Amino acid sequence: MAIAAELSQLLSDEDRRGLLRHMLLMRAVEERGLSLYKQGKVPGSFYDGRGQEAVSVGATWALAAADPVCSPLIRDLGSHLVKGTDLADLFRHYMGRENPLSRGREGNVHFGDRRRGVVGMVSMLPDMMVVAVGLAMAFRMRGEERCALTFFGDGATSRGDWHEAMNWAGLDRLPVIFVLENNQLAYSTPTQRQFAVNPAERAAGYGIAAVTVDGNDVEAVFAATHAARERALAGEGPTLIEAVTMRMHGHGAHDDMRYVPTELVAAWAERDPIVRFAAAQEAHGLDVGALREEVDAAVEAAVAAALATPMPDPAHAAEGVFCVGEPEPLGNGLAPWSGFAPVEAGVA
Amino acid sequence: MAVRTYLQAISDGLREEMRADERVFVMGEDVGAFGGAFKVTDGLLDEFGPERVRDTPIAEAGIVGTAVGAAIAGLRPVCEMQFADFVACGFDQLVNVAGKMHYRLGLAAPLTVRLPSGGGFSGGPFHSQNPEAWFMHAPGLKVVAPSTPQDAKGLLIAAIRDPNPVVFLEHKHLYRRVKGEVAEQSEPTPLTARVARAGSDLTVIAYGAMVHVALEATEDLDGASIEVLDLRSLVPLDEQAILASVAKTSKVVILDEANATCAAGAQVAALIAEHAFEDLDGPVRRLATPDVPIPFSPPLEDALLPNVARVKEACRELLAY
Repeated sequence: MAIAAELSQLLSDEDRRGLLRHMLLMRAVEERGLSLYKQGKVPGSFYDGRGQEAVSVGATWALAAADPVCSPLIRDLGSHLVKGTDLADLFRHYMGRENPLSRGREGNVHFGDRRRGVVGMVSMLPDMMVVAVGLAMAFRMRGEERCALTFFGDGATSRGDWHEAMNWAGLDRLPVIFVLENNQLAYSTPTQRQFAVNPAERAAGYGIAAVTVDGNDVEAVFAATHAARERALAGEGPTLIEAVTMRMHGHGAHDDMRYVPTELVAAWAERDPIVRFAAAQEAHGLDVGALREEVDAAVEAAVAAALATPMPDPAHAAEGVFCVGEPEPLGNGLAPWSGFAPVEAGVA
Repeated sequence: MAVRTYLQAISDGLREEMRADERVFVMGEDVGAFGGAFKVTDGLLDEFGPERVRDTPIAEAGIVGTAVGAAIAGLRPVCEMQFADFVACGFDQLVNVAGKMHYRLGLAAPLTVRLPSGGGFSGGPFHSQNPEAWFMHAPGLKVVAPSTPQDAKGLLIAAIRDPNPVVFLEHKHLYRRVKGEVAEQSEPTPLTARVARAGSDLTVIAYGAMVHVALEATEDLDGASIEVLDLRSLVPLDEQAILASVAKTSKVVILDEANATCAAGAQVAALIAEHAFEDLDGPVRRLATPDVPIPFSPPLEDALLPNVARVKEACRELLAY
């Protein structure tokens, strides 16, 4: 009850509309992306975060403009959307067309937006967790009031980089937020075959506070991340947030997920984060239908713009391996939470 | 100008860059109070304090990965691997995260990773390696390997100022054995080759400690005029300087301390085969360590590493060809 009372003060009606809008947007973009993939317009495979929209949207909603995300993973498109990545660029990127995010050098959700403080992921998980700790270390060294946020899955907690990042961040009490997206599966491997002790319990061994939240409850994810950010800025160190959720599609579009019991998927479908939150907002007076229409129109306009964009010029395929001249800095993203003063996206 | 050892020159380069640019900091295992396993960072903690001279946990992926984070946040980290061999534990962060970042994301990662490398002193299989070829093969990383105190300082300055990840190989066997004149306020050394000795009958191409082996072996070799080309930088590789030297002498011995297969010298040999075939008056000759882990016992180690006698022999054979 205390949490609910606090939440009602933290989140305005406009925030709730925004949270729902970004979850709807993530689902609409990914559904459209999947259809483009099936039409042969998206090379490679296609990866989505269906059922996990509340995690990346809720967590990123709590971040200030100068707090980088390092990195959103393949289930975390919502993080890019909250930080302000352009929708048409996103579809250009999916389809391997010329775009400022990846210039066609990367695919699926392996992109970042340097201008908006979003660092693109690599496939080796959880490598970017260590990089996020380095960002936090730099903020501490310069005495800046910022924190870094990193996402990782249940499977990634088995690798050595997870331990190195946790140990390093705990040791120096660095301003970093670890979001463990426990979606029950690492490709086909269930958590029972991944670890003997839940990573949220393991956090204590690193001197790191941990909290487990319903990852399908966007307000709960926001509240936990907001609290973690307050702790980080107060010098109280990192927090591990375990967001318990479920991957509702296969690992990629090529994966029919036959290894998962259908009853389990059906049970989680009852807890869909968008359906739940939309119903509550509708009851609160929000016109969800109008919001869906607005989102769908934005997605269609973005797809049309992307389809009209040429493929990258192969003459430039070997360019840009090295940086020449002064590096472009990591910029600031949008920070739509009503608790922050409005800022323009872009380089600080 | 002052006479400095190779090790002192590296230390001077670090100190000067830290004084000149507050973004520069060092981190690694035991680099603070202890001053580093080889004392390269000795005294830096007193001058710059623990925020800029950071003792880290024993976590090489952590060292390289957090350096990437600090670099993209706008700092200029200089990481020390206690021994070059241990960079294998940070390989993924260096190769997959740092090396590919600018191409993929347009985000530069200006960090320097110092690798105390090389054998010749009974370091055994895990304290003697020359891992430069691992990184030459990974796009997005620059790789430099100085042989003299002046270049050790100048290339370190160049590495720190470079907007890209740079792998800096400092040969442990040169640390205290090699001394030379070093400019006090040094400029960055360009990432190009250097003619260590000009000659006209044959070229020995080498880098790092092997430059000294090459110079000693060919100082007075039956009166032949032998050029020694010190590569200094392996990525980028100074192809022009290599081809110019081959055009001049027409005979080439390529010297690597690293294991032979796919070594830096193999790349140089391929370059010559492709672009200087018509200039050659004999087969390209390579000397390198066989594809064997570096053994501990002195006679075993001596049996494998290229040395003065083997370089002399190879040069004589090629001169007589």
